Amino acid sequence: MNEPSLSTAAPVVRLIEEFYKLPGIGPKSAQRLAYYLLRMPASEAQALAAAILEVKEKITFCSICQNVTEVDPCRVCSSGQRDRTVICVVEEPLDILAIERTHAYRGLYHVLHGAISPMDGIGPEDLKIEELLQRLRSNEVREVIVASNPNLEGEATAMYLGRLLRPLGLKVTRLARGLPMGGDLEYADDVTLTRALEGRQEMEG
Amino acid sequence: MAPPRLYKTEAIVLRQRRLGEADRIVILYTPAYGKLEAKAKGVRKTTSRMSGHLQPLTRSMVQLAQGRASDVVAGCQTVESFQALRDDLDRLARGLYAAELVDRLTPERSPGLPTYRLLLETLRRLERADDVDLALRYFEMRLLEQSGFRPELERCLSCQSPMQPQQNFFSPLSGGVICPGCASGAAGSRPLSLNGLKVLRLLQRGPYNEVARVKLPFDLAQEVERHLRSYIVCVLERDVNSAAFIERLRREGPSTGSGQGLVQPVEV
Repeated sequence: MNEPSLSTAAPVVRLIEEFYKLPGIGPKSAQRLAYYLLRMPASEAQALAAAILEVKEKITFCSICQNVTEVDPCRVCSSGQRDRTVICVVEEPLDILAIERTHAYRGLYHVLHGAISPMDGIGPEDLKIEELLQRLRSNEVREVIVASNPNLEGEATAMYLGRLLRPLGLKVTRLARGLPMGGDLEYADDVTLTRALEGRQEMEG
Repeated sequence: MAPPRLYKTEAIVLRQRRLGEADRIVILYTPAYGKLEAKAKGVRKTTSRMSGHLQPLTRSMVQLAQGRASDVVAGCQTVESFQALRDDLDRLARGLYAAELVDRLTPERSPGLPTYRLLLETLRRLERADDVDLALRYFEMRLLEQSGFRPELERCLSCQSPMQPQQNFFSPLSGGVICPGCASGAAGSRPLSLNGLKVLRLLQRGPYNEVARVKLPFDLAQEVERHLRSYIVCVLERDVNSAAFIERLRREGPSTGSGQGLVQPVEV
């Protein structure tokens, strides 16, 4: 980041530097945010500060599914409405939001908090895999849906989980890969197109 | 040679890292320009037309536009996706190791046709080879040589006398073999069995189809791997990250259905 000019007050410089650390924020955006805050009513600034502190204080990881939550166990894990025989394994908490939006899944979740990436030194021991095995040992799960991302790291993670879980006598499934809505057949890569052909379905009606 | 403003090249994708909301930096290895970084915009969206063609360990035809800081991928088309490598975790782990080594050992923007060929051949071998580790050792030896780190395997690096058929020593720091008489003076040198030396020499002389005929007992394979790894770590002055994952897979034993992908038809 550029050297702040001497005319900028030290607290403002510090605020700019804090914003600059956030994802997607460059030096100019950081400045704009800081000066916007300066002009904000004190009450709103306090509400923002309180919200940040509250998140850090109250939000923890669910001891069962490892999702972020304010009550432990989280609402999904403690709900009586969910199918407790299916666990959907995802890489990040945001993936749960995406799946919940579909209203097509009524089972439980498990968040790995990452994917296996050998080149970056991220191995199975860095993910919440042991916690998943614990859950499978103790309760009535019959199917594990591996919903890791359809990229190299996600595939490696899925294959690794497959190896680990199949001997336990569970049904282990992987989300289907195919063509995205709004996509173009002519631009599809070979892997996607091959899988889409393999996973083709008979049309009904 | 400086590339033109918009240029096309064949490339093998070595690795990727995230950038901003939906972009990635891809690290490519090309025949004419060697290793280069390029920005791929929007490839983390599901509707991206490029993301599938830019996955690590994909051989693609890419069109690149020169940018201010880094080049930008303007278009790409898969040439070879090494599906058999992708569908088998043991093979995949070794492919990633090969890509990591190329990334770490080669300088940016330095023509690299021999290394490109070597990587391409290695990925193809890893798809089929019975002994994937032996294929990987051959790759290591060749890549070291192409990068200017060919280990000395004929004469003692200390006294210059030819190696005798006995137990000798390998010194990663000196970059080769040491005779028993000089070994005490060479820091970090480790015992090298006569068979170990023979295998290292075979890897160095090649060609691959002669190497592939050899069946190594487990202990010997381990010894050769240890020596080459210690030398590579010495050259890089750091660990190779992917090695830990290969090690783990080996420890946890072969999969029940080795050679098969995870996906099998499921009754709904």
